[in-house]
Amino acid sequence: MKEGTSVQEGTAPAVSFRELSLVYGKKTVGLDSVSLDIPARKLIGLIGPDGVGKSTLLSLITGAHAMQKGSLEVLGGDMRDVKHRNKICPRIAYMPQGLGKNLYFTLTVEENLQFFGRLFGHDAAERRRRIDRLTKSTGLYPFLDRPAGKLSGGMKQKLGLCCSLIHDPDLLVLDEPTTGVDPLARRQFWDLVDNIKQEQPNMSVIVATAYMDEAQRFDWLIAMDEGKILDTGTPAELLAKTGKDNLDAAFIQLLPEEKRAGHKDLYVPPLEISGDGGYSIEAEGLTKRFGSFTAVDHVSFKIREGEIFGFLGSNGCGKTTTMRMLTGLLPATEGTAKLFGNSIGNSSMDIREQLGYMTQLFSLYGELSVRQNLELYARLYRIPEAEIPLRVEEMMKRFQLKEIEHVLPKDLPLGLKQRLSLAAAVIHHPKILILDEPTSGVDPVARDLFWELIIELSRRDKVTIFITTHFMNEADRCDRISLMHAGRSLTCDTPAEIVKQRNAATLEEAFIGILEDADPANKAEQASSMTSEDVVPEPEKVQKELPLWRQKLDKVFSFQRWYSCFWREYLELMRDPIRATLALFGAIILMLVMGYGINMDVEDLSFAILDRDQTVASQNYALNISGSRYFVEKPPVKDYADLDRRMKSGELSLVVEIPPGFGKDLDKGNSPEVSFWIDGAMPSRAETINGYVTALHQKWLESRHPEANNTGLVSIETRYRYNPDVLSLPAMVPAMIPILMLMIPAILAALAVVREKEMGSIINLYVTPLSRVEFLLGKQFPYLLFSMLSCLLLIVMAVTIFDVPVKGSFLTLLFSCICYCVIATGMGLLASSVTRSQIAVIFLTMIGTLLPSVQLCGLTNPVDTQEGMARIIGEIYPTTHMLLISRGIFNKALGFSDLHQPIFVLLIMIPIILGLGVMFQKKQES
Amino acid sequence: MLQLLKNIYRLGIKEIIGLCRDWLMLVLIIYSFTVAVVVASKAQPDSLNKATIAIVDDDQSQLTHRLRDAFMAPMFLPAKQITQHEIDPSMDRGENTFVVVFPPDFEKNVKAGNKPEVQVNVDATRMTQAFTGSGYIQQIIQKELNTYLKQAVAGQDAKYVVRNRFNPNLTQAWFTSVMQLVNNITMLAIILTGAALIRERENGTLEHLLVMPVRPFEIMAAKVWSMMAVVLVASAFSLIFVIRMFMHVPVEGSVLLFLFGVALHLFAATSLGIFLACMSQNMPQLGMLLILVFLPMQMLSGGSTPRESMPGWVQDVMLAAPTTHFVEFSQAILYRGAGIEVVWRPFLILFVIGVVLFIISLARFKKSVA
Repeated sequence: MKEGTSVQEGTAPAVSFRELSLVYGKKTVGLDSVSLDIPARKLIGLIGPDGVGKSTLLSLITGAHAMQKGSLEVLGGDMRDVKHRNKICPRIAYMPQGLGKNLYFTLTVEENLQFFGRLFGHDAAERRRRIDRLTKSTGLYPFLDRPAGKLSGGMKQKLGLCCSLIHDPDLLVLDEPTTGVDPLARRQFWDLVDNIKQEQPNMSVIVATAYMDEAQRFDWLIAMDEGKILDTGTPAELLAKTGKDNLDAAFIQLLPEEKRAGHKDLYVPPLEISGDGGYSIEAEGLTKRFGSFTAVDHVSFKIREGEIFGFLGSNGCGKTTTMRMLTGLLPATEGTAKLFGNSIGNSSMDIREQLGYMTQLFSLYGELSVRQNLELYARLYRIPEAEIPLRVEEMMKRFQLKEIEHVLPKDLPLGLKQRLSLAAAVIHHPKILILDEPTSGVDPVARDLFWELIIELSRRDKVTIFITTHFMNEADRCDRISLMHAGRSLTCDTPAEIVKQRNAATLEEAFIGILEDADPANKAEQASSMTSEDVVPEPEKVQKELPLWRQKLDKVFSFQRWYSCFWREYLELMRDPIRATLALFGAIILMLVMGYGINMDVEDLSFAILDRDQTVASQNYALNISGSRYFVEKPPVKDYADLDRRMKSGELSLVVEIPPGFGKDLDKGNSPEVSFWIDGAMPSRAETINGYVTALHQKWLESRHPEANNTGLVSIETRYRYNPDVLSLPAMVPAMIPILMLMIPAILAALAVVREKEMGSIINLYVTPLSRVEFLLGKQFPYLLFSMLSCLLLIVMAVTIFDVPVKGSFLTLLFSCICYCVIATGMGLLASSVTRSQIAVIFLTMIGTLLPSVQLCGLTNPVDTQEGMARIIGEIYPTTHMLLISRGIFNKALGFSDLHQPIFVLLIMIPIILGLGVMFQKKQES
Repeated sequence: MLQLLKNIYRLGIKEIIGLCRDWLMLVLIIYSFTVAVVVASKAQPDSLNKATIAIVDDDQSQLTHRLRDAFMAPMFLPAKQITQHEIDPSMDRGENTFVVVFPPDFEKNVKAGNKPEVQVNVDATRMTQAFTGSGYIQQIIQKELNTYLKQAVAGQDAKYVVRNRFNPNLTQAWFTSVMQLVNNITMLAIILTGAALIRERENGTLEHLLVMPVRPFEIMAAKVWSMMAVVLVASAFSLIFVIRMFMHVPVEGSVLLFLFGVALHLFAATSLGIFLACMSQNMPQLGMLLILVFLPMQMLSGGSTPRESMPGWVQDVMLAAPTTHFVEFSQAILYRGAGIEVVWRPFLILFVIGVVLFIISLARFKKSVA
């Protein structure tokens, strides 16, 4: 539709790069010294096989990835320059690869859009206007309240596009936006892009795609291979150059000789129906309901041995659910699914051995190398050990994985991952292959190679193939296809027959026609997107000019962007009620358990007597000890062997040995010697026992000689201050608060950031004007609120349930608690900015908080008695200071002036910890 | 059957390879079995160590000076001289744990037999020091007075001798280092298995495995054995090289017997990890559950404070926790040199707990994947 354009002289290019290179890790080449000027105000297509550097180039252009070698100018400035990056960031929009990668699935459509709107500084009215306009023109308007995770794939991509477009970018970058999206939704998506392009003719759009039919509609194409640029030009120019009539073929023609070698036009031999007429897969009235929602509604089909059965339908129509029922992952609500005439159950291992399966999302192990993955799957499929190397070689050769055999899949581009998954699914030569969108995101050459294999398996080895796809040329190759919509099977026949019945020219047309008939709403949705111009009066920019100081401040720290981050995190936390509840009440539960459980008073110690005298005197002595409330008497010890055994098992903590002739010696004044055998395994307990028995012995002496009064030189008056009864609770409760208020907030905040890294939405930090400070502080704030609330509850509980009053200044306590919670959540953020995986961050936070706070911060022993490293950590760790404050205020009735020193330390720590967190968090991927 | 074992073996190897690729995890594991153990053992001083003490001496006599000098290292830091007015603020700030006050004319009154009063102020928020410290202070004062006045100890018609078994000098590091190891073993086992399962579920690899000829039992058993192996190796290393060779803590009993017990405990702990993972839908939930379960299990196991001082119901509840039995047999074997004839009981209980946890977890696991 857009005619003969080439690079126009005189207009500045949107993007321009010279000798740009990027290497992942040590050797994986992403880009290999490429140079090009990309014209402005055009729809640019980036085409090429998987893993040739398309995504790499896009992530460099948007500034998501840090540059390595070469020069790159985007929108008239150097991308190495942080100032320029910050300046143009609001003018670029980036939609990363993968369904809804930049979205937050627990948030609704409206909330996602609000989040992005706030990031770009629009006020409430402006946001409302933009959101309404975008959603109306994309047909998302009726679904504003639906969580993004519950949208179909096509709608997710539309929402992703809306989120990218909310700020009227000058440069829109889309990385494979329609991969895994059904034809109808794809058509709607491109109509939408066209509309937007017409509305904003100044916008440049760069799209990477694997669909060559899409490339047809672009103004200008860049063909890439192996990190290099093969050719550029309009689609017409490229076709002319290669002398082919379609872009698929043209692209293959552009590839170097050796890559083209294996490729030939595919021929599907007709299916020979064998005489026995056996069915491999049978589904009869298969139905699945989730609550009131019917995902699959009475679907029936019978698939012959060796047949290629295509399963088509829009995203979210129940295809995957049907497959999960076929494979036995999901029990059917009604109906039966049989493989080889048997229904598949938990224990039907033999059937599973005959089954190859590939899921929609990559589901092999990212932490095992390509070869290790294949070997693991070969072994799990019970291939004899001797055959494994052969099979693995075979697969690597067929899917061209040899070069990357030692690479970890997590570093591979989508297309190569798909190939690996396929290889793993067929490595054991299964009898049935169930493939869920196996070729999404795979380039045309690799797709044809894959289909070659499918055809060979089906026709030569009589493997039954059940496949879902969004590519119509692939559907064309199936023996029969079934078209699903909203859980029902609309039609099931050979592709040719379906085209004939609809009187359509192509299968795609027939497909779209059937879908539109089945669901008028779909048509309406499309219609509304087609007529978007009528709905939308082109807005005048009514954005108020902010005062200069606000503009300057906004560059450093924008309150609105911070608020946007906070609000999003808060919503997410509220949508996960279990996590929110634990965040709020976890500390209280722990406090109850430990407040009652931990007791520093040592009582009820088990002891026994080894009486080797057995006289009145010795029994009298024994009675003196067993009468004490500290000790519980166990049956007497018989001899040394008995003593040894019973002390070793820990049954006895103390054995009092009274020597033979004790009574006689006493009478004679021979000073007999009693032995106290104390279990020293737990030194603090041994120490206490020692104290007890010494006192008891003294008491016994006094009782024998009341007149001697040998202790009467002085009277020693011991006053236990702050806790006169030396109770455990008043000492423990104030000490537990700092410990609990460290660990729980820290772990909550820590997971918040790393989770975004694992899920991919961290990209929003990289490509929006959001600064690291706004991002981290915004994420911290909800957890800060939760922990403050939790802290308050702890204090209330201490006063009411545990009867430990706040003797000192309550305001000081509150103020210190706020500071401390900031530090605790800040430590979580620090931990999460240095880690990449959720496991590591949980582990790091546990080690980093539990150990020091319980052992090094003066909970049981004052910090100044510690040595070496322990002393250093103890001195600087915030819990130490909070413990001083907490005990000071609870037990010692202190106020701000007495505690200014530890409070001051806490205040200093806040900027240090937050600063470190910001420092380690990168604004670009590297 | 053979295939079952093979699958369990291979899936387990996969876990170990995956762990080895995560260098940060490796660093953390190594840290928690080496540095963390050493640091923690330095944190708990031997009984009374470097306690802060101050003296208010309103007498300034030869006797009071002598008494002041009697508070010596390592138990006490050198006694500071302060005035009556400084008592409250210095104790409020936590500068002094003990303040001993000698009244005016103390020496004169002692010699005259008037029984003057010595006041000992103790900061009772410092529980452990408060107890032992005040006892020592009384003893020291008595002893000094006796020798000063050369007064024979009258009526001492029976003596006593204290024999601390298993740790004659009550060296605290012997205790804390081993208990730290014990705690880390539990923590690591739960985190590693729990998080590995959640990760597998979030990445979709779990579902893929279930379509293959692999049983849920095999997946779970593989996670259990592989993480058991990792932690077992790490703890053996820590016990032999860090605790015994580097820190010179004598290990009384058989290391092999201990490791056998550790394996039993790990069986229970890793099963618990899987159970927690099945209970939570995502990693943040698992993180919270971990703290809620692990912290009480550690603090109430008897490894931090003596079990017998806990309320009865806590003791009873904690019998169901594997850590209680783990701490019990660890102390018995490592400190008291107990053999199998003594520790068979906790071993058996641990095994039963492990089996029960494993079965419950397996049931939950099967339910969560169906």
